[in-house]
Amino acid sequence: MSVSDETLAREAQAEHDAQTEHEGHDHPSDRSYVGIALILAVLTALEVASFYVEDQLGALLVPALVIMMIVKFVLVVAWFMHLRFDSNLFTRVFVSGLVLAVGVYAATLTTFRFW
Amino acid sequence: MSVSEQTAPPEVVADRADHVPHDAAAPAHHTSTGLSNEKLGMWLFLGSECLLFGGLISAFLLYRSKDVEGMVGPAVGDLYDIPFTSVSSFVLLMSSLTMVLSLSAIQRADHRRARTWLLTTAMLGATFIAGQVYEFTSFVREGLGYTTNLQSSAFYTLTGFHGVHVTIGILMLVSLFVMSLRGRLPAERSETVEIVGLYWHFVDIIWIIIFTLVYLIPA
Repeated sequence: MSVSDETLAREAQAEHDAQTEHEGHDHPSDRSYVGIALILAVLTALEVASFYVEDQLGALLVPALVIMMIVKFVLVVAWFMHLRFDSNLFTRVFVSGLVLAVGVYAATLTTFRFW
Repeated sequence: MSVSEQTAPPEVVADRADHVPHDAAAPAHHTSTGLSNEKLGMWLFLGSECLLFGGLISAFLLYRSKDVEGMVGPAVGDLYDIPFTSVSSFVLLMSSLTMVLSLSAIQRADHRRARTWLLTTAMLGATFIAGQVYEFTSFVREGLGYTTNLQSSAFYTLTGFHGVHVTIGILMLVSLFVMSLRGRLPAERSETVEIVGLYWHFVDIIWIIIFTLVYLIPA
């Protein structure tokens, strides 16, 4: 890529970032993506830390881990997979599969007296 | 598509279909939904993949709590190396960031940066797979083979299926990298990167679930 190409790309990035920050209907800026990744990293660190203080957390361990897992899941799907910004139809299609899977296997585990 | 929709400008058709285009630079889709069929197909595929991985995770959870008495070989949970797997999980998580940065770069026609992020994503994925191979090898050395007990079969099937998905993702990323090098991935075709990205992020969210339910939550 030539120097002029790089300058054009940088200008396009600045324009893109400004547009996304102000209008809000486009994909988020790179800065937002890095912010989300930092949150994900912190949550992962908390998950691992909670594993090591299992005895202190007691009955709270499993709910805490599950909540952190769900938050991470939602952050990736909403921001990195752009469901937050895309058509609702994509959300409906994906959530249908997800809810069906959770329902079917929750019923299966209940049948086998897992809980 | 109705006659009025056929004659209407694409953006009007898109509005009627309750769709706000997320990328103003992306071409309008002349489909009955106003959305990209390829992207919709990928979301359908990912929805169905939830059922596949749901079944594998459920099977593991069931078998982990069974056969404790009289079980042959070590229990999977006794062999976990949590610090090592945590690093692997972090690597895969960060590959989602590099993937989305690659998409962002190609959407603004910054092809060199897009290629850099694509290659970084593929390398992070390969690092994760290398970690999985190391983990499997160390488990086998400890006497936990695929058919040692029900737990081990369920564990290797679940994590192995996930590993195969990551490997397929790496192949797709390398293909995109080569396409970009040959100039066959212009900004107008950024949706191809987005669709591969959806697959890659899905593989990541499945690992988020596996890491918590299989590794961190005690049996």
